[in-house]
Amino acid sequence: MGRIGYSLLYVFLAIVAVFQIFPIIWLFLFSLKDNREIFSGSPFAMPTEFRWENYLKVWESGIGIYFWNSIWITGVAIILTILLASMATFAITRMQWKLSKLVLGLFMVGLMIPIHSAIIPLFSMFLSVNLYDNPLSIVITYTAYNLPITMMILLGFYYTLPREIEEAAIIDGCSIHRMFFRIILPMTMPVMSTTVIINMIYNWNEFVFVNTFISSDKYKTLTVGIQNFIGQYMTDWGAIGATLIISVLPILLAFVFFSNKVVEGISASAVKG
Amino acid sequence: MNKVMSNKWIIALYVLPALLLIGILIFIPLILTGYYGLMDWDGVGAMEFIGLDNYIAALQDLKFWDSAWHSFLLAIFSTLSLGIYLAISLILASKIKGADLLRKIYLIPMLLSSVAIAQLWIKVYNPSNGMLNYLLMAIGVENPPAWLADTSIVLYAIFIPILWQYAGFYILIYYAALKNIPESIIEAARIDGASPFQIAYRIKLPLIMSVVKVTIVLAVVGSLKYFDLIYVMTGGGPNGASEVMASYMYKLAFTSKDFGYGSAIGFLLLIITLIVTVIVRKATATKEEIQY
Repeated sequence: MGRIGYSLLYVFLAIVAVFQIFPIIWLFLFSLKDNREIFSGSPFAMPTEFRWENYLKVWESGIGIYFWNSIWITGVAIILTILLASMATFAITRMQWKLSKLVLGLFMVGLMIPIHSAIIPLFSMFLSVNLYDNPLSIVITYTAYNLPITMMILLGFYYTLPREIEEAAIIDGCSIHRMFFRIILPMTMPVMSTTVIINMIYNWNEFVFVNTFISSDKYKTLTVGIQNFIGQYMTDWGAIGATLIISVLPILLAFVFFSNKVVEGISASAVKG
Repeated sequence: MNKVMSNKWIIALYVLPALLLIGILIFIPLILTGYYGLMDWDGVGAMEFIGLDNYIAALQDLKFWDSAWHSFLLAIFSTLSLGIYLAISLILASKIKGADLLRKIYLIPMLLSSVAIAQLWIKVYNPSNGMLNYLLMAIGVENPPAWLADTSIVLYAIFIPILWQYAGFYILIYYAALKNIPESIIEAARIDGASPFQIAYRIKLPLIMSVVKVTIVLAVVGSLKYFDLIYVMTGGGPNGASEVMASYMYKLAFTSKDFGYGSAIGFLLLIITLIVTVIVRKATATKEEIQY
């Protein structure tokens, strides 16, 4: 292919990049403007002055609580999911028992389920055990629904662990729990970090469970919180923009610092339909 | 060694917490959905068994079929858009400098929540102050459409952010598959005088066909489950023009408080998803793995 041909390809790829990135840049620009500027000026113009007070305003009027809830719920669910998934994957791949294939199959079926089909019974279950409007319901739901994909990613790694490690540990008189927590778990660190990333993206961005199981403002996470919030600020574009930027910033920052891990995690999650 | 590694108590201790969790929170609810579908129930009061009435009503419910049709259309659009993603990936994988950075840029929308994407695109589509109509008016379009308020275009308007959101994901998958093709094969074809287009169409594409088939399954099944984006962007409106199966079910249960009927729709959504998954998997099943 000639030089002109290659140049055209670059132009094409650059246009795609602009299409992918520009709406987010536009969002950032209007998050720093006031309505007068947004409605009268060009949407592509830089703000005449950077109105960071938009961020301060939305943070102080409630976004801070949602942000904190998103952080702790995401974090606790990640720890619980990865711990339980690692234990189950260990027992399925490394220990000998008849039903291991069947149990693995059950977990893998969990990958295909449309979550919306389960949401009405989940709602009534939580209502009847007093977990409705309790963040615990969100933590256990995230954990359950992320177990299959987390195990899927862990599996390959567990299968390749050499048997000799376990044999040596047991011959040395190491208990199985000690072996799992002190030897196996640390060895799976690279693949665990991939599952942390993928769980983080899923939990941080999840909407329908929180929207259904939580009614108090004090327990809402960002995805649901910003919905209410935007309802209030219907016409204040600067405030809406600032809210949205705050809500996506942690994941974007994680992407800036760990982009290769994120790429790896998203590729590994491709099995999830 | 074997004795320790097949200790039933230890196995139970390691597997049961996870198994109980998916049993109670995934499998039991799925069964209950089908069961609740047999009831007349407002979600709080007593249930009344009404047999298959809800399911029969669903099959005759035009709104349900409309929502199923919209889900189906989104599945078709998603599958067709794989062609665009594939074309971009073929270019990206053909010795482009900066390919790694580009595919990361493409991936960024995939990291945002559907709620944030929906809110952002509501603004993009805003009839008077949105980015899109500003551009259209700047190039001389006199009456640009009110994208999300027009029943005849709302579904297409919703598909653009979906296309935008998932582009990076599919490009990532295709790019990785294309990079896996041994350079020697491409080199041999080039020496034999194949043009870049012939190499792409006759050699690269067949070699990554198994990956393409997996992505078709993902695109179709994923489309049947769309909810967040549509729920936030249009709530299924205007006048049901962008309603999909999941949003219709959600509205029946949590807005109209018709939990019995909502459950029946939810169960049909499950059945339809499973059937379509099996059909698409069968239709795209690879008979023999390509060896190279």
